[in-house]
Amino acid sequence: MEAVQKGGINDLVIKLATVNGTGSASANSLLMRAIFRMGIPVMGRNYFPSNIQGLPTWFEIRVNHQGHLARSGRVDLMVAMNAETYRQDLHEVSAGGTLVYDSTWPRGTTLVRDDVEILGVPLARMCNEAFTGVRARILMKNIAYVGVLAALLEIDMDVLRTLLEETFAAKPQLVDSNLEAIDLGFRYAKAHFVCPLDTRLERLDKTDGHILIDGNTAAALGCVYAGATFAAWYPITPSTSLMDGFRNFCEHLRKDPDTGKNRFCIVQAEDELGAIGMTIGAGWSGARAFTSTSGPGVSLMNEFLGFAYFAEIPLVLFDVQRAGPSTGMPTRTQQSDLLACAFASHGDTRHVLLFPSNPEECFRFAVKAFDLAERLQTPVIVMSDLDIGMNDWMCPNLTWDDGYRPDRGKVLDAEALQQLPQFLRYEDKDGDGICYRTYPGVHPMGGYFTRGSGHNEAARYTEKPDEYQEIMDRLTRKFATARELVPEPVLLEATQPTPWGVISIGGCDGAIREAVEMLGEKGVHVDYLRILAFPFGTQVQLFLDNHERIFVVEQNRDAQLKSLLCLEMDVVNKRLISILHYNGVPIDCPMIYTAIYEQVKQSAAA
Amino acid sequence: MTYISKPKINYAGQPRNALGLSMHDYEGTISTLCAGCGHDSISAALIQAFFELDIEPHKVAKFSGIGCSSKTPAYFMSAAHGINAVHGRMPAVATGSNAVSKDLYCIGVSGDGDSLSIGFGQFAHALRRNLNMLYIIENNGVYGLTKGQFSASADVGTKAKKGEVNEQQPIDPVITALGLGGTFIARSFSGDKEQLVPLIKAGLNHDGFAMLDVLSPCVTFNDHEDSTKSYAHTRQNFHRAIRMDFIPPAEPITTRYEDGEAVSVGLHDGSHILLRKAGQDYDPTDRAGAFAYVESHQKRGEIVTGLLYIDPDRGDMHALAHTIEENLVDVPFEDLCPGAQVLNEIQKRFR
Repeated sequence: MEAVQKGGINDLVIKLATVNGTGSASANSLLMRAIFRMGIPVMGRNYFPSNIQGLPTWFEIRVNHQGHLARSGRVDLMVAMNAETYRQDLHEVSAGGTLVYDSTWPRGTTLVRDDVEILGVPLARMCNEAFTGVRARILMKNIAYVGVLAALLEIDMDVLRTLLEETFAAKPQLVDSNLEAIDLGFRYAKAHFVCPLDTRLERLDKTDGHILIDGNTAAALGCVYAGATFAAWYPITPSTSLMDGFRNFCEHLRKDPDTGKNRFCIVQAEDELGAIGMTIGAGWSGARAFTSTSGPGVSLMNEFLGFAYFAEIPLVLFDVQRAGPSTGMPTRTQQSDLLACAFASHGDTRHVLLFPSNPEECFRFAVKAFDLAERLQTPVIVMSDLDIGMNDWMCPNLTWDDGYRPDRGKVLDAEALQQLPQFLRYEDKDGDGICYRTYPGVHPMGGYFTRGSGHNEAARYTEKPDEYQEIMDRLTRKFATARELVPEPVLLEATQPTPWGVISIGGCDGAIREAVEMLGEKGVHVDYLRILAFPFGTQVQLFLDNHERIFVVEQNRDAQLKSLLCLEMDVVNKRLISILHYNGVPIDCPMIYTAIYEQVKQSAAA
Repeated sequence: MTYISKPKINYAGQPRNALGLSMHDYEGTISTLCAGCGHDSISAALIQAFFELDIEPHKVAKFSGIGCSSKTPAYFMSAAHGINAVHGRMPAVATGSNAVSKDLYCIGVSGDGDSLSIGFGQFAHALRRNLNMLYIIENNGVYGLTKGQFSASADVGTKAKKGEVNEQQPIDPVITALGLGGTFIARSFSGDKEQLVPLIKAGLNHDGFAMLDVLSPCVTFNDHEDSTKSYAHTRQNFHRAIRMDFIPPAEPITTRYEDGEAVSVGLHDGSHILLRKAGQDYDPTDRAGAFAYVESHQKRGEIVTGLLYIDPDRGDMHALAHTIEENLVDVPFEDLCPGAQVLNEIQKRFR
C-alpha cells in the first residue's frame, strides 16, 4: 500500500507484546515518556484485555517528528515478550522491521521471517540471575527490555534515570534496581547487536509546551475547573478513570482549608439509573453536576435523559464510548453511540452532543459542556471514547483564563423573584425557548413542582392539547438556540479549490489530517470539516452545499454520523460516501488514505 | 384531567404558626385521587405537621416517582419545590438534591409499586446511604392507576376485586428496612392522624433515612371484603406496639408521665421523641427484638404500627461523605476553581 513507508529517524512504530498484570505498563510508560522528554512527538496506545492478569496485552508507540500520531498501520520494532502471541506478533512486523524476543526459551525454527531482523535477548535468565523474588524477576524482565531499546534506538540514559528518580521519589531503592535492569538489557544489546538501528531516535525540540495526558484525566480536570461539586457514577470501563481522576483532583484541590472537609460530593451509585438520577437532583438544586459512563450505562440512563430533557434540568454526561453492541468489547474503542445519545429516550427527545478529538479538548469541552447545559437547561453529552479517554496523547499545555466565570444561565435570585407578580417556570419570556429557573430554598416565590408528565407554563400537570404542544414547540425553539451556541466546526481547506470534502468527528482527526496531507502530496485535494457538536450549525450546511462528494469518516458499522447528517441537514444521501472503521482498534491513516485516493482516481477515470 | 387550584380562604382568627402562616399556606392543588383515598389523609397529615413545625414551605424539597401516591406532592405545599420523577427512581433524585442542598427538608412520597417493585433497588440504596429524608410509602397493596393489579406488598391469600387470590410472599417495608440497617423505621395508618402526625414530625427531624410505611387503603380497587389492605381489615387488626410524641427543640417537655412510663430519645436538631408503652413492653432501639416482635405479631394477622426502630446516631450521607457544613450550592466559584497557576503546577506531572 502506498501509505505504508519504512521507518526512519524519529519516524517509527514500536509495539510491545506482553502479558497482562506483569508490570509492563510501567515499562511502556517509561519508554514513551523518555521519548517525549527527548523532544520527539510520541503517542502510546494500549490494547488491553478485559482481564486483570494473564491475557495478552499490547502497547503501540508511534514516534513521528512531524507530529502525526494516529495509527499508521505499520510496526517497525516489535518487542515480543508473550510466547502465546509470538506467531501473530511476528506476522505483524512490517518488512524490513526488527523483532526483539526473550531468548531464554527457544522459539520454533518455523517462527522466523526473512524480511525481519530477529534479535534474541535472554531477558528472563539475566533477571533471574540478578534479582531475587518471583515478582521482582517478572517486573524487572519488562524494565530490562527498555534497556535493550535504549541501545537499539539511542534513548538518552540520563532521561531514563531522571524519570525513574521522579517516579520512585518515595522509594529510592527502586531507582537502583530499575536502573540495574535497564543496564542489563542495554549492555547485552550493545555486546551482541549492531547498535543503533537505522530506525532510531534523535533529540528534537518539538514537545516543548506539550504534555502527555489521557482524555479521562483531562475531562476530570475540566470538571474541577468548571466548578462541578457533585458527581455520581457506577463503575464501567472505559469511563472509570474519569471519576477516579475527579476524586483525586478534588482530594487535593477541594478541601475546605479550615475544616479539611470536602467541597465536593461523589456518590458511587447502585447502577447507572441511580447515577443519572442523582445528577439530575443535584442539577435541579443548582449545583454543577455530572456523571460518566459508557454505552451500556447510556442505555440504562435513557428514561432519565428524556426526563431531564422534558423537565429541563441541566447536567453533563460523559460517554466514553466502547465497542458495542451489548457488552461488546469493553476494552476496545468505537464511536457507535451517536444515534443512541442524540435521541436518547422515548418520545420526541433530542440532546446536545460535543465531540472532543483529544484530551486537550476533553478539558475545554468539559467546561463548555457545563456552560451549555446551564444556559440551555438540558443534558449535554460529551462523546469521548476509549482511545481518547484512556490513552496518553501528546497535547498542547492546558491553559486557563482566570477571568472565566461560569455561565449559570437564566436563574432568578431572591431579589428578582421579589419583583415578580408570579413565577412561571416554563414561560418563554425572551423568545429563545429558554425559560427562567429558580434554585430551591431561595425565595417563597420560587417554588414549583416539575415533572416528566405533560405540563404547562406553571409546571402543572396538563392534558390540554394546546398547553402540551406549546411546551413541545418551545423545546424545538430551544434546540434551534442550541444550534447557535454550540462550538463551530473546524475547517481545514485544501491548497486549491476542490469538489471533494471530508466530514468527521472526534478521535478520527489525527488519522484524517495525516491522510489529507499525504493525499495533497499526491495531487488529491480535499477540504476537511471536523464537526464539534450536535445540533449541526449553518457551517455544516455550507460545507455540504459547497462540495459535490463528501467522505464521512467515522468509527462505527452503521454510518451513524452520515445518518444524522441526512436526518438533520439538507443533503442528498448519495453525495455522502462512508469510510467506516469498527474493529475495535482506533482508526488508522492508511485506510482513510486508500479509500479516498481510490474513489477520487476512479471518478477521474470515469 | 388537569389541575385545579384551591381557593385561598382567609378569615380573621384562623390559627397561624410562628411564621404567621395559616394552614392554607401549606396546601396544594385539589386532589384528583378517588374520594376517600387514604393518600389524601396522608397529605392532610403532612400539611398539619409542616404547619405545626413552622417550616417555611420554600425550604422543602418534595420528591416522588410514578403512581397514585406519587401524584400527592402536588396536593400539599404548592409553595415548596419538587420533582415528580420517573417510576421508582425518586430516591436517586432526592440523593442528588440533598447532596448539594442539605438544609432543605427532603421528603419523598412513594407507593408500594414504586418502592417495592420497580424501585426496590433505589429504595434499598437510599436507606443504605442513610440519606437524610422522610420517605413515606403510601401502601395499599394494589396498582391503582393501572386498575387493580396486585403489588409486591399484597399479602398471601388476599383477594383482588375480581376474585384472583395472591399466592406470592409479600415484601414488607418494615421487615426489609430492619434487615437493611435502617435508622428510623415506622408504620402507621392513613386513618390514624393522631399517630401519623408525630411520626411525620419525628421523621423530618431524624438525621438520616426515616422510613414511614403508611397503610393507605385504595377505596376503588382494594377496599372489599377478603382484602387485607381495606379500611375495615386495617382497623380491625391494627396493633399499636408503642406510643410516641414529638417535642420540638424549643418546647420544654411538659406532658406528665408516671415515672418509668416514658422514655425520651434526643434527635440531632435538639428535638425529642417521647416513647410510651402501648400496653406491652416494646424497645424500639433493639433491632433484633423489633424484628421478632413484628414477625410474630404479623403471623397472627396483626398490623404492627408505631415507631418500631430508631438509631439517631448513625450519621447521614453527609457524615459518611465528609462534606462541608454549608450547602455545596452555596460555595462561591472562586473557592471551587483552582486557577491558572495551579493548573500549570498540576501539568508538571504530565511531562
